[in-house]
Amino acid sequence: MSRSAKRPAKGSALLLTAGSGVLGLLVWTLLANSGIQGFPGPLSVVERFGTLVGDGTLPLDLLASLRRVLIGFVLGVVLAVPVGFLMGWYPAIRGLIEPWLQFFRMVPPLAIIPLAIVLLGIGETPKIFVIFLASFLSSVVSTFQGVVSVDNTLINAARVLGAKDRTVFTGVVIPASTPFILVGMRIGLGASWATVVAAELIAAQEGLGYRMQQAQLYYDLSTIFVQLIVIGLVGLLMDRALLLAERRLTGWQERR
Amino acid sequence: MTPKIEFRGLSHRFELGAGDFAALDDVDLSIAEGEFVTVVGPSGCGKSTLMNAAAGLLTPTGGEVLVDGAAVHGPSPQRGVIFQQYALFPWMSVRKNVEFGLKIAGVGQAERRAKAQHFIDLVGLTDFADALPRTLSGGMKQRCAIARAYAVDPTVLLMDEPFGALDALTRVQLQDRLLDTWSRDRRTVMFITHDVDEAVYLANRVIVMAARPGRVHQVIDVGLPYPRSEEIRLSPEFAELRRQVWHAVYHQPTTLEGSP
Repeated sequence: MSRSAKRPAKGSALLLTAGSGVLGLLVWTLLANSGIQGFPGPLSVVERFGTLVGDGTLPLDLLASLRRVLIGFVLGVVLAVPVGFLMGWYPAIRGLIEPWLQFFRMVPPLAIIPLAIVLLGIGETPKIFVIFLASFLSSVVSTFQGVVSVDNTLINAARVLGAKDRTVFTGVVIPASTPFILVGMRIGLGASWATVVAAELIAAQEGLGYRMQQAQLYYDLSTIFVQLIVIGLVGLLMDRALLLAERRLTGWQERR
Repeated sequence: MTPKIEFRGLSHRFELGAGDFAALDDVDLSIAEGEFVTVVGPSGCGKSTLMNAAAGLLTPTGGEVLVDGAAVHGPSPQRGVIFQQYALFPWMSVRKNVEFGLKIAGVGQAERRAKAQHFIDLVGLTDFADALPRTLSGGMKQRCAIARAYAVDPTVLLMDEPFGALDALTRVQLQDRLLDTWSRDRRTVMFITHDVDEAVYLANRVIVMAARPGRVHQVIDVGLPYPRSEEIRLSPEFAELRRQVWHAVYHQPTTLEGSP
């Protein structure tokens, strides 16, 4: 049974996850004790975490980063969904937009930062803009893919029941492409989160990325570790939340 | 009397990479009101194209289809279509699927619900009215699709290999149910199939098509009485008709040369 391709049962899966955590902590402790200059062990990181929470730095940084991500992400999705639908529905619009989309998809959002700072200043706007770009690009492509891959038979089934274009669109195309849109949103949120941290490394006065950048100046590895762990955990939580929404909204899908 | 469905010089060419391909070439065919016609033929004979033209889902490159004497332009709820792949809306329950056409037709909520329930009961899905399609078997899905088509009360049923993906037993059960309903309401049915047994068992008339280009090869009248039963299925008359249809389907001229 040990080589079976099946996923382990729920109880043993939990056990494995816990075991993996313990193993990770063990490796970390060993590394910390191996004599790398300034490399903190789990205990000093927990201690630093307590300090940063206590003096309010961490909550404020987290809030600043989350705020940027959410504004940029929401703006990106809000624009991406209608644009994606238009592209999927009207071939002419697709023809006009797609070359630019494919081009900008190849440019990492971070590469836009220097330009954004020059054009938009060093305030919140350039950071939110690059996050917006990251979430827009991933959501628009998947929305468009969703519309294009709607099963033609479903559209025909609606039409023979009397549905006109409008009903076909609202009653069939939108629900049928929801799974794609949600997948795009998940990718977009991941991209946004990755981008905000990097954007803050370059220019910010607060935020998780900024705190790491400051800590780097003082060779403060514990603080860097705290930020990294928070970034990972928050990213994971956001992804899980969207996954849950996805399961709820698209549970009707036939799974193979 | 005007035929219920009439194909007049219907031709259709598909554009393919290496030139075009004649899916249908000058098909003339009339189906009378209340008739049950099956269309059978080898793959590539254009039988689905013929049905899609009647459904209004495809604009033929030549000729026309008339239903009740009026040319078909686009789909209409007057012509119900049953697809082989069921084509249920997977995000809607059985009930919502059946109500879909009624909602479009502007039927009020109470009446819509009552009507949908009637057809759900009729196809035996009463206990599954609130189930999602993914939880249903193939046969149940097709019964739901049939209920959905009946709910808008079409005057014609166009069925494109509706039982093709089902197991043999389920197929026979659904054939009997379909004949049962048909013998009560005598709604015109045009039924596409590749199964010779099914073609003979259901029909008043079997249209055998030939491929390359798609055309009507032979029309075989089925004189067997309704209701049809297992007894008929096992009778020598059935065997003889089956042999005729089989011969017409599988011993076709391969090229146009030499055919009249």
